[in-house]
Parts: sequence; structure tokens; C-alpha cells
Amino acid sequence: MSAPIIEVRIPTILRPYTNSEKVVSAEATNLAELISALDRKFTGLGERLLENGELRRFINIYINDEDVRFMGSLAATLKAGDSVTILPAVAGGC
Amino acid sequence: MTRYESLEASLGHTPLIGLPKLSPKTQPGKPLVRLWAKLEDRNPTGSIKDRTAIAMIDDAEKTGKLKPGATILEPTSGNTGISLAMVAKVRGYKLICVMPENTSIERTQILEMWGAKIIYSPSAGGSNEAVRVAKELAAQNPDWVFLYQYGNPANTLAHYTTTGPEIFEDLPTITHFVAGLGTTGTLMGAGKYLREKNPDILIIAAEPRYGEVVYGLRNLDAGFVPELYDESVITRRFSVGAKDSVRRVKQLLEVEGIFAGISTGAILHAALGLAKESVDAGIGADIALIVCDAGWKYLSTGIYGKDGDSEVLDGQLWA
Repeated sequence: MSAPIIEVRIPTILRPYTNSEKVVSAEATNLAELISALDRKFTGLGERLLENGELRRFINIYINDEDVRFMGSLAATLKAGDSVTILPAVAGGC
Repeated sequence: MTRYESLEASLGHTPLIGLPKLSPKTQPGKPLVRLWAKLEDRNPTGSIKDRTAIAMIDDAEKTGKLKPGATILEPTSGNTGISLAMVAKVRGYKLICVMPENTSIERTQILEMWGAKIIYSPSAGGSNEAVRVAKELAAQNPDWVFLYQYGNPANTLAHYTTTGPEIFEDLPTITHFVAGLGTTGTLMGAGKYLREKNPDILIIAAEPRYGEVVYGLRNLDAGFVPELYDESVITRRFSVGAKDSVRRVKQLLEVEGIFAGISTGAILHAALGLAKESVDAGIGADIALIVCDAGWKYLSTGIYGKDGDSEVLDGQLWA
């Protein structure tokens, strides 16, 4: 069975890597596979997301609005219909 | 006892209010899943940040950092600045706030009412820019006292010694604690306290997801994680957009009669998701959530009106 196609939202700051596309997609069953697949399509994107095999400190990735760091990080599993959002870390209020 | 020596002395001991209509229905014979809201708008200046502000000023006075007549500098998206402005006014300090320009007009009006001076930081980059500008100003003006809520342990300690114990005393059966993630002080402090009392309590962060402008950093190195943040305190973390936050804040008003600020909508959204998970699993839950402030200072956004739409918040720092 082939891996599901996952939709990924790209923040403005990383769109230079995706030909300015806001939403891209790739086939993957977990987050590590997804990032590898995205990097094959969009050279250099993987390096902006990972450092020494871990998520970069100022990058947050969410699967269906939940932070992947609390779902197994790169091992977080993906299934058909999941939506992934990448955002830079910003400060908030309350 | 509801008599206090001064306004500041009335800090904390806010009510924990049941949400009987918003709490999900459970099947007969199944344990209850209940939501409880801690009304932090019942603090001296109307937000949870009074705890942080008073604790930081008390600490700076105790350690000799803050001397009579001194000038305090703080990056704020509003509430901390408002709390500091009141305390500074009463105790005789001057206050300079660095605040993103894309915040609601009421925040400026209230800050100025208590005599604070405001330096605006650019919209793009949100609070990251306010923090960056404030850090630059602090370096250029060593005589100003930089309390810095994002890295000041007194912020976390305030919630460890007050918010956490108050919740546990009122709700010893608590299973989930849900709060907003900004400076991270509330979650770090109250979360750590609750975990120590019962390691099974789940500590849940609800983080606002803003419009694109706020994430418009110059580069990724301009990203920001508060110095106070310790990932190990948190169990799960959710990102909630303006649309869901506005929908929930209106639901809270309509169904339970509680008039809350927009960030509370994000927290309620996460809490309702957890409540549903508990119902589906047939497990009882007592979910405590934070109402950070009331809706007054967001009225100008128009979101509370019948036709109020979350799209107006697109470029704004709404939490």
C-alpha cells in the first residue's frame, strides 16, 4: 500500500524554497519521511527544518494543529487526511 | 474574607466556575466530564498578568534592582504592560512599554490612562519584534530596570505559588490543566505545581495561531522561544487559529454568559477537544482552563457583534 499524500502549509519565510507555493504535498507515513520527501522536491527545505537530525529550535510543526514535539517528533505518524503546518516560533501574550 | 488593605492586596484567589452547559453530555453510568473556568479577569487590572507583574516588581524591589522613582522597561502585547502600569503608578515608578503596533486601541488607551509611555514595534514579527526592540533599549539604557517577563523566574514562581495551589485547592480531582502559551509562565509555574501534587495531571498548552503578518520574520534566526519555557512540563501543545478562537469565545458568552478575551477562545477550543477525547474513551475528567481576561479591551475589533468575523484579526496580535 502506498503512503498517504499529506498536505503541508508553508510559512512566508520558507516560500522561497517552494517556488512561492503556500501549500505543497508529499507522500509519507511519518514526519521524517515527509521532510525527506519535501526536500527531494524542494532542495534546501529540509536543511531549514532540521539541524543535526532534530527539528530546529525556532521551527514548530503541527499535525492537525497539534505540536509534533509532543507526538514523537520526527517519528510522529501520518495518515490519510492529515494536514501539516510549519511555522516559525514567535512570542505570544497570555 | 473579602476585605483587603489595598487594590494590589486583592490579587488572586479568583473563582473557578463550572461550565455545566459547555461540558459534554456523557452516557448514563459513565463518569462525568466537567469543564471549569478560572476567571482571571477578577484580578486588580483585569487579567492573569497581575500575578506576573506584582511578583516581578516585588522581586526587583527585594533584590535592590528597583529603587524609588526608577524607570521600568517591558516588552508586552498589552496585559502585562497594563498590570505594570497600575503598580508603577501606585508605587511611584515610571514605565516604558514596547508593544507591537498591531494591537487593539484599548490597550494603548488603558496604558496611557495609568501614565505608561509606549514605544511601538513593527507589526511584522509580532511580539518577537517587541522583545528585540526592548532588549536593544535595555542595553542602551542600563539605568532602566528591565523586568523581562519572558525570562524572569519571578513570573513562573508567581504561578507556582498562587495559580497552581488555588486550582488544586478548588479542584483536587483535576485531570487536565489548559492554559495559553505566551511567556509560558502560567503553564510552567502552575503546571509544575500541579504535576508535583499529582503526576497524572495532563498539562496542556493552547497557543494562538496568528495571521501571516505576525510570522513575517526577517529570517528564521529571528524566531523566539521564551527563556522560561521548559518543554518537559507540558504534555501536549495545540495551535488554535483566530476562526476557532472567535467561535469559542462567542460560544462561552452565549452558552455560559462569560464575556472573555479572544485568547480564552483558543484555550476553550483545546479544552473542548480534550473533553471529547475523554467522553469517547469513557473516562471521567475534570478539566480546568484559564480565562486570561475579559473581552472589554477587544470590543473595538468588532468580533463580538452578530456579524463579527475572525478575518478582522488577520493582521493583529489578538492574544
